[in-house]
Amino acid sequence: MASKYPVSKQILMAVNGDEAVAYAVKQSLVDVVAAYPITPQTIIVEKFSEFVANGEVYTEFIPVESEHSAMSACVGAAATGARAFTATAANGLALMWEILYIAASLRLPIVLAVVNRALSAPINIHCDHSDAMGMRDAGWIQLFVENSQEAYDTTIQAFRIAEDPEVLLPVAVNLDGFFLSHTLENIRMLPDEAVRAFLGGHRKVHKTYVDYLGKEVEVKLDPANPLSFGPLDLYDYYFEHKMQQIEAMKRVPEVIRRVNEEWYELSGRRYGDGIIATYGVEDAEVIVTVLGSTAGTVRSVAKKMRKAGRKVGIVRIRMFRPFPFDELREVLKDARVVGVMDRAISFGSYGPSYLEINAALSELKSRPVLVNYIYGLGGRDVPPNLVERMFEELLDVAKAGGTAERLRFLGVRGNV
Amino acid sequence: MSERREEHYGLLRFERGRHYEMPLDLNLRRLAESRRPAILPGHRLCAGCAAPIIVKLASLAFRGPTILVNATGCLEVATTIFPYTSWGVPWIHNAFENAAATASGIEAALKAMKRTGRLGYERVDVVVFAGDGGTFDIGLQALSGMAERGHDVLYILYDNEAYMNTGIQRSGGTPPFAWTTTSPAGRVLPGKMQEKKPIADIMVAHRIPYVATATPAHWADLIRKVRKGLEAEGPAFLHTFSPCDRGWRFDTNITIEICRRAVDTCYFPLWEWVRGKGYLLTDRSLTIARNPRLKKPIKKFVEVQGRFKHLLKPENKHLLKQLQEYVDAVWEDLLERAVNAPR
Ligand SMILES: Cc1ncc(C[n+]2csc(CCOP(=O)(O)OP(=O)(O)O)c2C)c(N)n1
Ligand code: SF4
Repeated sequence: MASKYPVSKQILMAVNGDEAVAYAVKQSLVDVVAAYPITPQTIIVEKFSEFVANGEVYTEFIPVESEHSAMSACVGAAATGARAFTATAANGLALMWEILYIAASLRLPIVLAVVNRALSAPINIHCDHSDAMGMRDAGWIQLFVENSQEAYDTTIQAFRIAEDPEVLLPVAVNLDGFFLSHTLENIRMLPDEAVRAFLGGHRKVHKTYVDYLGKEVEVKLDPANPLSFGPLDLYDYYFEHKMQQIEAMKRVPEVIRRVNEEWYELSGRRYGDGIIATYGVEDAEVIVTVLGSTAGTVRSVAKKMRKAGRKVGIVRIRMFRPFPFDELREVLKDARVVGVMDRAISFGSYGPSYLEINAALSELKSRPVLVNYIYGLGGRDVPPNLVERMFEELLDVAKAGGTAERLRFLGVRGNV
Repeated sequence: MSERREEHYGLLRFERGRHYEMPLDLNLRRLAESRRPAILPGHRLCAGCAAPIIVKLASLAFRGPTILVNATGCLEVATTIFPYTSWGVPWIHNAFENAAATASGIEAALKAMKRTGRLGYERVDVVVFAGDGGTFDIGLQALSGMAERGHDVLYILYDNEAYMNTGIQRSGGTPPFAWTTTSPAGRVLPGKMQEKKPIADIMVAHRIPYVATATPAHWADLIRKVRKGLEAEGPAFLHTFSPCDRGWRFDTNITIEICRRAVDTCYFPLWEWVRGKGYLLTDRSLTIARNPRLKKPIKKFVEVQGRFKHLLKPENKHLLKQLQEYVDAVWEDLLERAVNAPR
């Protein structure tokens, strides 16, 4: 099928991942951007400040004094009916933590770019996913992108997903620090009008019936229809409100699939089914799951190995929250061994996606052997030869029919 | 149906597309008849609490459409409990330390929406209500940021001089020697050992357009100052004195009397700072400056509050003296700075 905007009608630009995000925000009719600098996210704030300084956007840019205030200001802006965006990484995300829960619980469709970076201490500016994993229970939708093109595409999609009346949850778009944020890549951007049409123009605030007003009103801070946001809510209602968040999360995959397809019709680009993207899984004995930019390396190694007749495949998890239990069970069920790559660890436990996948497969009668690979902490590189060795190890596990060593570490001294 | 509901609930509703310019009125009877306050009956603040009186008076100075932001604290907790609310205007509570940042976001959103023709009003005011904990301490950074960035927000501090919502713990706003549950008057330590942070002066140091102090006893002064704060273009800060009978240990019927004593002893002077004009004493404090004999000893303020009861013991005479010296020093400082103080 021909896309509405063939490549010839798209704008080709050489940008890094941060700039790709900034351009996406610029096109998305965002009312308020509140952000604070932190490596490797800073370029987003700088680039956006340029747009503001040059009068290229109507957006109110709030150069807040902390990330806590960045998220707080986004909550205020979104509650007023505005489209709001912020971006951060690592320590900045950790500082936002309290307000992440509030943003999600107030059902505010804020979009946040997380440029993944290792958490302190020791202080480190490079990529891992420990920052993102710290917010996985906060009630946000979490998407992980593989390259800068996807960072651009996904940032725009994120507003659609967040604002969908079936969803009304904030979205975090994760891109790997430095590997994506600071690396030049050719990307194709849609014309402004295409993006605006895709988003349906400015944010439309959803309506709900309010009994003391006796009618349906927009859910926002509106002098015409006074509502109270963020009241005290104790044991008699809190649980029901949490149930609403739980139910909203269930509706997310369908919306993400739909948005992924619509974007495909518009741009010719899609990312698997929007939830997971697979390669070589159909007949694979060994499948590796991975998040983010490492998927590129793993896929290229898998391709090479498949050419040599090795039955290996890869699943990139694009949507981490809500976690795609059903999709992963379906795609992993016939593998003999699944290697789960995690760029973060829950100390005293396993990697975060290992725990989830373990749960996803628990219902199967005969389930693949699972091995967790912790890799790339603090930005440690994962070159192809290391990935190939991991596949070889997993093929050995397949041959042996199991392993006692469920938790392994890739590319760390004294263990390799 | 909806009209009756509105009447019943006493909401303040502002129609889109109309311009509102509610005049400043200082006739209380007329105000009571013609204006709806932003806070409605049914809240669960303690009897005798000054906070709702401050909110009520402040809202009588509103110009038109107004959005309120409330930091976590007594006022927030006791005016809402799902599915109920005491607020007749749009109101948001985000967290404890971020009322100023939340207000910054609201103000920015209003600007962006106005710029794109989506606001529906000529002007919407943004007003914060926050306690001393949410202002002097945990919220100071966000407040300073809001002030430095110049957001057009009126920030009203209701200062009950401790963390009351969590059960009377000391804050940066607690005065010397006051008993709180984290600065108890013990055998060795006689209550809080530090001075009160000069929060309003800190806001003056930000050189925002308007800073003032007020008490609900001096209601006309308070209403006027709220209006000035709203009219100031940019951030304004109002430090209101908010006696808490629960935490200060006094009878519920002397809240207003305590405000008077706070001003009469010069413990809580009434002043405003206008950029370009400097410090100006107002109301009763100006009278006292002109006629220093009216200044009462600090004992008059202390003796009606259980939180200071240890200061009245004979062996603690020196502490009361120290407190007097502290109050005098702060007052003298102010007299030197106030451009309308007699010289
Ligand atoms: C980050 C955070 N820390 C602590 C608390 C607990 N807490 C809630 S209200 C409050 C005290 C509020 O004191 P103040 O701002 O003086 O207002 P008041 O209750 O006295 O009116 C505290 C400590 C909280 N809600 N959030
Ligand atoms: S504890 Fe104090 S501040 Fe809180 S509601 Fe009671 S009187 Fe008011």
